[in-house]
Order: sequence, then C-alpha cells, then structure tokens
Amino acid sequence: MASAVSAIFILDLKGKVLISRNYRGDIPMSAVEKFLPLVLEAEEDSQAPAPCFTDDGINYLYIRHNNLFLLAITRKNSNATTVMLFLHTIAEVLTEYFKELEEESIRDNFVIIYELLDEMMDFGYPQTTESKILQEYITQDAYKLEVQVRPPMAVTNAVSWRSEGIRYRKNEVFLDVVESVNLLVNANGNVLRSEILGAVKMKVFLSGMPELRLGLNDKVMFESTGRSPTKGKSIEMEDVKFHQCVRLSKFENDRTISFIPPDGEFDLMTYRLNTQVKPLIWVEALVENYTGSRVEYLIRAKAQFKRRSSANNVEIHIPVPEDADTPKFRSGIGSVQYVPEKACVIWKIKQFQGGKEFSMRAHFGLPSVKNLEDADKRPPMSIKFEIPYFTTSGIQVRYLKIQERSGYAALPWVRYITQNGDYQMRMPDSIKASKMAPI
Amino acid sequence: MNLDAFKPKFFATSTKGENAELLVDLNSEYRDRRKDAVKRVIANMTVGKDVSSLFPQVVKNMQTEDLEMKKLVYLYLMNYAKSNPDLVILAVNTFVKDTDHPNPLIRALAIRTMGCIRVDKILDHLCEPLRKCLQDDNPYVRKTAAICVAKLWDLDQERAVENGFVTTLQDLISDSTPMVVANAVVALAEMQESSASKDVFVVNVSIMNKMLAALNECTEWGQIAILTSLAEYRPLDSKEAENICERVIPRLQHANGSVVLSAIRVLMMFLRYIKNDEFIKGLIKKMSPPLVSLLASAPEVQYVSLRNINLILQKRPDILQNDVRVFFCKYNDPPYVKREKLEIMIKLCNDRNVEQILSELKEYASEVDVDFVRKAVRAIGRCAIMIDEASERCVNVLLDLINTKVNYVVQEAIIVIKDIFRKYPKRYEAIIPTLCENLDSLDEPEAKGSLIWIIGEYAERIENADELIENFLESFLEENSQVQLQLLTATVKLFLKKPSQSQEIVHRVLQTATQEIDNPDTRDRAYVYWRLLSTDPQAAKAVVLSEKPPISVESGSSKISPGLMDELINNISTLASVYHKPPTAFMGKKAFSADAVRKAAVEDAKDEEQITGEDGAATAGSAAPKNAMADLLDLDFGSSEPAYTSPPVSSSKPTSSGPNYSADLFDMSSDMSSGGVFGGMAGMNAANGAQQQQQQSFGVMSPTNNSNQFGDLAGLGGFGQPAQQQQQQKPAPSSQSSTVNDLLDLF
Repeated sequence: MASAVSAIFILDLKGKVLISRNYRGDIPMSAVEKFLPLVLEAEEDSQAPAPCFTDDGINYLYIRHNNLFLLAITRKNSNATTVMLFLHTIAEVLTEYFKELEEESIRDNFVIIYELLDEMMDFGYPQTTESKILQEYITQDAYKLEVQVRPPMAVTNAVSWRSEGIRYRKNEVFLDVVESVNLLVNANGNVLRSEILGAVKMKVFLSGMPELRLGLNDKVMFESTGRSPTKGKSIEMEDVKFHQCVRLSKFENDRTISFIPPDGEFDLMTYRLNTQVKPLIWVEALVENYTGSRVEYLIRAKAQFKRRSSANNVEIHIPVPEDADTPKFRSGIGSVQYVPEKACVIWKIKQFQGGKEFSMRAHFGLPSVKNLEDADKRPPMSIKFEIPYFTTSGIQVRYLKIQERSGYAALPWVRYITQNGDYQMRMPDSIKASKMAPI
Repeated sequence: MNLDAFKPKFFATSTKGENAELLVDLNSEYRDRRKDAVKRVIANMTVGKDVSSLFPQVVKNMQTEDLEMKKLVYLYLMNYAKSNPDLVILAVNTFVKDTDHPNPLIRALAIRTMGCIRVDKILDHLCEPLRKCLQDDNPYVRKTAAICVAKLWDLDQERAVENGFVTTLQDLISDSTPMVVANAVVALAEMQESSASKDVFVVNVSIMNKMLAALNECTEWGQIAILTSLAEYRPLDSKEAENICERVIPRLQHANGSVVLSAIRVLMMFLRYIKNDEFIKGLIKKMSPPLVSLLASAPEVQYVSLRNINLILQKRPDILQNDVRVFFCKYNDPPYVKREKLEIMIKLCNDRNVEQILSELKEYASEVDVDFVRKAVRAIGRCAIMIDEASERCVNVLLDLINTKVNYVVQEAIIVIKDIFRKYPKRYEAIIPTLCENLDSLDEPEAKGSLIWIIGEYAERIENADELIENFLESFLEENSQVQLQLLTATVKLFLKKPSQSQEIVHRVLQTATQEIDNPDTRDRAYVYWRLLSTDPQAAKAVVLSEKPPISVESGSSKISPGLMDELINNISTLASVYHKPPTAFMGKKAFSADAVRKAAVEDAKDEEQITGEDGAATAGSAAPKNAMADLLDLDFGSSEPAYTSPPVSSSKPTSSGPNYSADLFDMSSDMSSGGVFGGMAGMNAANGAQQQQQQSFGVMSPTNNSNQFGDLAGLGGFGQPAQQQQQQKPAPSSQSSTVNDLLDLF
C-alpha cells in the first residue's frame, strides 16, 4: 500500500522532458521515453487512453496541463488518487509561482522548480504543498535576503496553512458565496441533470492567529448528519466539503464551522445540491435546415427567476454547421456574433431581467455539397451568466465571529452570486425543409 | 535572483569546450562566477547533457553559506553520485557538518539529501547524523529524518535495525507534532511491506489510538497516510469497528478527494466486522454523497474515482441507487471518463430508470466518437438482456439506430440484437427482414457472424434463407475464420431444417471447408459435421439444433470473483482498484521470471474456476463437459458459457476473434474493467508470457490431440444418443482442442 512515487517528469506534448526529479532511484529514468509512444499506441487502438496505465512493471500516471504532461512513474501499487491530486497540486503551486505554467516558464525557473520538487515530495511521499507557506522559504529572490531563511513554523505545526506574525493595518474578511449551476437538458426539453455546486470563498486579511466561527442560516441543513430537516422549504445539502483548516470533528459533533483561516484567498467550503430547481435561464431552439442551401435558427431565451433580480453578461452559444457561411442575425436585445473557428453563434446580453423573454433569429447559407462526415457532430448549446445577490440554495451567512488575542475589531463583507457551471442544453433535430424556399 | 539576465547563458547551445569552460568557472575565485557555473551545470543536466565529469569541481562548491548554491550542488550530487561512487567521499565531510548547522532548514536538507545518495560508502557516515536528526528539537528536521530511515532501510535493512532506528521511528508515532507522526507512519508502513519478519509496524490498539489522535491535525497528505495504515488494524469486535468508523466519518467532508477515498476504504474494510445492521445502513447512506462529489474533480481524478465506484457498486449494490443521473455523460467529458460513466450507468440500471438510461444511450449513439458510439449501442443490448420489460423498447431503439444507416452503428446493433435473440428466443423475429436489408453493408467479422447466426437459427422462418446463405458463401474462402465457422454451422442448420432446398449447398460447403481450408479449426469442424450428418442425421439434429443455455448479463462484462473483490476493496484508491487487478498482477518485479509467469497463469485459472464454479452450478452440470460440447453445440456466441478452460490465453487478447470472442460480447472495454479474470493491459505482461509458454506446449501436443479427437469422433457416430455420450466421453480432448483453437485464432 505504500503510495510512493519513483519519479516525476514534466514533458512537452512531444514527449520531451523539460524537467524531472528522481525520488527513489528504483526505475531507470529512461522509462520516460516509452511514455508518449505508449499513449499514442493506446490512442491508435481507438481505446481512449486512460490517465494511468502499466507497462513492463512500471506504472505511468499523468495529467495534462496546458501544453504539458505532468507524469509520475512508480513500481508500486501506489495510491492513484493521491498521485493524480499531487500532480495537480504541483501544477497549481507552479502556476502560483510563475503565473503561467508552460515550457517557457519552466525553462526560466528551473532552479526554483528543483527546489520546490525537493520540498513538496520526499522519497516519493507528498510533504508540504501549501504554496503560501512554501513562498515563505522558497523564494525567487532568495539572494536578496540578508538573513538566511528558516523553515516556517507552519510547515510542521498543526496549523500548517498559516504563519505566525502576519500583520495588517486594516483587518478585513471578504466572503463570497458562489453557486454554479450545472444543467443538462435534452433535446425534448427534459431536464436530465440539475445540480448546484456552491462554494464559500474567503479573502482573509487578518493579523495574528484569529479564531473564526461561521454561522449559516438554519435553512441549510446537512443531510449527512442524519438529522432529517423539518418539513418545509429547507434545502438539503447533499455533500459538504471543507478546507483543511476547518475542524471536521467539531462540525460532526455540533455543526459549528470553526477554524483558523489561511492568509489570503481560499475556498472555505464547497457543497452540492441535487434539488431540482427551475432552470434559471431557459433556451429553446428551432432549427430549419434547407439541405444544400441554408439553415435558419429561432432561439428563444427566458429568464426564469424573480423579477427583481437580473442576470449579467449572459452569453448563449449556439452551435452551427462548420461549413455555414453568410450569417444574418436579428435579435430583440443584445448583440450577436458569428465565431466560425468555434462553429458557433454567440448571443450576448448585458443584462437580462428576471421574468423576461427574448428571441433571436439567425440565418446561414450552406454549401450545396455536404460533407457526410460532419453531419453527426452535434454539440449542445451552452449558456453563461451571472446573477448577483442571489443564491438558489437560499444559503445565508448569519454571522462570522472573529476573535484574536489582541482583540482587534474586524469587518466581514459578504456577497452572493449565482453563475453558470456546466450549463448545457442539447440541440433539437433540425426540421428538414425539403422545399427550396426563396431566401 | 534575476533569472532573465542569465537565461540565454544557461541553455546556450553546446560548444565543444563547454565543459572545459565550466571547469574554469567552477574554480573561479569569484563567488558569483562559481554560482553561475553551477547553475549552468544544472541547466545542462536538465536538458540531458552529461556533466558528470565535473564532479570534483562541483562538490568543491558545496561548502557555502549560500543556500541556493548549496541546494544546487546537493541536487547535482543526487544525480551523479552513482556514476562517481569513489568521489562521493569528498562530500561526506560537508554533509556531516551541515547536519549540525544552526539552521534547521540546512540540517534537514543535508539529511534528506544524504539519504537519497544511494551509494554504500555514504551509509557508513549516515547513521550518526541520522540518529541526531531523529532527536532534533526542530520538528521539520525530525519529520525529514523519519523518512530518511525508510531510505536507509531500502538500502540496508540490517543496519537500520542494528542502529535502533526502527525503535526510534516507532517512538516518533507518539511525537507531539502531527507531521512527524504522519511521516513516521509512512516510513514504517513502507518498511513493514518489505520486511521479512513483518514485525516492524504492527498496528495495535495503542498505535491505532495515537494515529486517530493525530488524524485531525495532519496535513491532507498526512491524513491519507494515517488512514491507509489505520486500515491495517483488525478490530476486536463490532463495537470497536463502529467506534473507529465514527472517528473516520468526518474525513468524508474533506476537500481532498484522496482523503475521502482513503476514508471510504477504511469504512468499506471495517464494514466486514460490523454486525449492527442499522449502523451499516447509515454508513452506506453517508458514503454516497461524497462519492458523487468526487465527480466534480479534475478528469483524471474522476477517472480513478469512477473505477473505484464501479468496484464499490459491485460490492454494495445498494449504494448510489438513486443517483444514476449524475453519471450521465457530458458532451465534453474526456473519452476515458465517458467510458467509465457508461459502465456505471449499466450497473445502476433497473426497471425504474431504464427509460431514462435508454434515451441517454440513444443520444450517445448519435455522437461522433465511433468507439463511444459502439459502446453505447452495446450498452443498449445489455439493458435489454438485464431487464425483460425493457427489452422491447431496447429493440425499438436499436431498430431506429439501424435505420440511420450509419455503417458502424448498424453493425454494432446487429451484434447486439443477436444477443437479444439468444436471451429472448422467438420473441423478436419480426425484425429479421429489417436486419437482412443491411446485409450488404456489413464488413466486420463479428457483425457478419452475428447476422449469419441469426439466419441459421431462424432458417425455417426466413423464406430465402438459402439465398442469403448462398450469397455469403460466394466469398467463403476469403472470410475471416470466425465468419467461416458461423457459415459452416448456419449451413448445417439450414440443411437440417430445410433438407430439400439445401442439400447441394451443404455438400459444397463441407467439401470446400475440408479440402481447401488450412485452418484446422474450421476444417475440423467441417469434418465433425460431415461425419455426424453422414452417420446419424438425428444425432446431428440433437447436437446442432439443441437448446442453448440462457445468456446472462454479467458474464461479458466485468464480473469479479468474490475473492478478488475483497482484495480489491482492500486496495481502494490504489492502482489495483483502477486496473481491477490484484497488485501482484502488475507490481514491478524487474522482469517476470518463468516461475512468476506460471504462477500468474495458475492464479488466473483459479479465479476463472471460481466463477466457473458459481455459474456452472446455476446452470446445472459440470463445466468441463459443457465446454466440450460448446464447439459442436454451436455456442460460438455462448457468452453465458462459463467454461473457458484456457483463461490466460483467451483473455490476454480480449478483442481477439475466434470461437471464444464471446468473452467480450457485451463489452469491448472489458479488457480494462474485467480485472484479473480477463487480462487487460496490466496483465498483458504476465499473460503474454504465459501465452507463449502455452503455445509452445500445445504446439507439441496438438497433432496427437487432433488425431485423438478423430478417434473419438469415429466412435461417436455409432452411439444412439450422441449428445449425452459426448458429454461423458469427450471432455478432455475437446476442451483441449478448443484451447488449441484459441491459440490458432490468436496468432
């Protein structure tokens, strides 16, 4: 069960190693040369290559990040979840260090990447991966420091995510409750899946070692407690996940969310709701296809939430045939744009008030000869939006108590927003209009 | 440091004298110049140039107060110590000095690096500093030293024991710093695994309690380590198991998916000890939401999670019962995620949600990814076979799909419909004409074979069956052997059902097959039929037209034996749980020795036997004679047929064509999902080896074997009730011959 990783590589898409670290020396580093050929071979067999596979006693686990592969190899029956998450963590930490993680930034920062790889993993076991803490003793301008850096207390403390001695002149906390709606609607207008992924995001600018306690409204019940919610309009959270700073056993006992926060930005908690809610923005498409000459779309969009709210920056992406040409649009509101490289039309509406309904017509010419291969590609419509001051779950922050030894007063600020997640509606079959109507 | 200024220099294209130039700079009297040179050395190392010749000069720069420089030299040492083992001694002094440095960062760095230099010479000098570091005041140094003990153990177990490091490590489990505890646990767990006596790390009550205490305070990675070792504990009774579960349950709320899966592993393992049904029910209920939430992670993590959910579902079918919608595929899911979601959708399919699932599957069947489309079509077939009430809807959906005339959809649908015919004989024969309309568009052997089977099976209802068969026979010699076998059988069936129309055809086919075909598999079957027909047509009827055993759903997909299942549950979240194979099947021995290969083959066979035993009992009658019958009984598609006596062979190449391709009938992807029974990627190694071995041994045997078979057959014709006689008489030779057939088809 030992989950150790033997070596980690970062490669470009051609399989060239940009940087690597051998942790255990039990696999020849040349094993990496087989990696890409094996992936390509699997692809050729039309078997979608899985992100982990075994060959000749060596296991390869990899992720894609931008134009890079991050690869771990091991001989053992390693913990695959840990390895995958660790690879993602490397990508995150390096991104925080260099803004962009790509070939160029790796080349430019190889010294510091070696240092990080050395600190984040020892003998194949993950160690400190908190980028805030790492930045305290592994810095890009180490040479400027007069004093030699020492390991921050936090590295080994129970509070491994926050350092001592943080000072702010103005102590503030920002809380953002963000709910993303994942929706999948089939071509007949039936909702197949509707799910809300919520997150309480925090930006913490507090001095010292503050103790925080977050109170949420009673409406929010946690199903996992086994206490069934009282009848009524309570919304059940299916699953709640907390940042590692939250004392989980305390939460399990008396439902209080208490924690010493990390400094700066982090997700305090995430949750999931499976409750069927009316889709906030409903889009219907009517497609008339005059094969070999043109195709016409009638799109109707409706905002199905309260009148006093409104959705901002609404974008409706409507897929069109790849070979469509000569676009013409007419819409009651907003602007319409044809993006041929993505084979779609984007209808943008700056502000979409609740309860309103708008429509848009689009018209395309089609080449008279149809490439049959393309005929079946039918991506769904996707919709983007943001609705401020609104949550579907009804979650509300009742209080945020902040206590610190020095007794300063700190102000919490709370915002709510609901936005699209994976919000997709499948396109209906086009109505085949056989007659050549005049344009 | 201002890297931009240096950048062009570090990766400058190599000139002949680069190493010489570096040599000068490494010896420079200016610090900046030396540091710059070390960086260039490391840059060269990064791009794979050999800079090992600079060893002495680089090591000279080790003694410095510049932390960055020190780290670079250490890095260099780790990479090149092996190639300069004699020179490593140059570094020892500085190492030892650094483990005494006032800065804990340097103390830890030194001990960490020393452990990574896998050269015997350094071991002599490692023990004293390591002892000090294990007792260091600073937890950062202690946690690093804890891992270093595992490094030492890896190189020299005896030395680690002699120096008392194992005991010290055990003491560190009581350390006040959670991260030290976690690393001690990690190190001990690894050592336990490779220790001969298995007494390095035995998780008893006191250790278990200490670990539980540290669990709440650890980093996420530490929690995973502790949860992993916690599962090693064997609870005394149900009550204790419940208590531990209570302490583990809060981990399900952790943001790190690996913490969640590690917790689920503990819970699933401890469930075995719990007798309180109420508690078990509660536990199962609590596990569902966190499992679903894992689907919101990165795709690679989703993949691992889905493979695990697949296992957990087989073990505990009551979990996730109402959650099938969350497994519906998104348009932009990566293919490997879609494939796993599809598998789980089928597992969760029941008479309440089958409508929903079917309309999803139909949607998938119109996507562009050919592989995924095929899987979706197969999935529709599996629904039909699983749920009687839904079969008609499934058939209608399949007919809709056939009407799309998309070539690969049609072929896949026909393959699937053949299975539905097997499961529900005589129920859907009205659709046969529609199927026959597509005769000309079939070009894949499996699809062709399927349609031919259907024609043969329903020859009496199809008016122009003889014409259809005739049509296929035109290209008889060019066909794939799988199609040839089907044609052979279908022609014989046709003859038995409509003797008047087809006497000429059957004669011609048997003649061609026996005289012009080299493939012994086809040829032999033709002989068998010929003799049967010529000696006793009644017996031929009894054999060829006999009733086939019912087809079942799981046989084709990923059915895992209970023994393997338990082992896989013990390995939740690990690679074994992803491959659905026991760790021994893929764990890295350098190369498989002959012994290991044989052992793997035997184990596979054992697994197979387990399944065989189960299914065999259900269908009554022992497995071996059944298998003997398979060839003659026209069970080429017999996916319900449990007895494939040559598992390593037939399994090692799941997409193989041949009489036994039925193992894959339902599921092209079973090479991935079917675990140790049907070898997949992971087992290829072992299985291939075994295959070759077997091939050799059978290569020797097959001639005698064949003649043996003929002898048997010659005698066979004379018996009055051949079918039964056969069952008793023929098991051994024929089952072997089917193995031979497998081999011949494979190569």
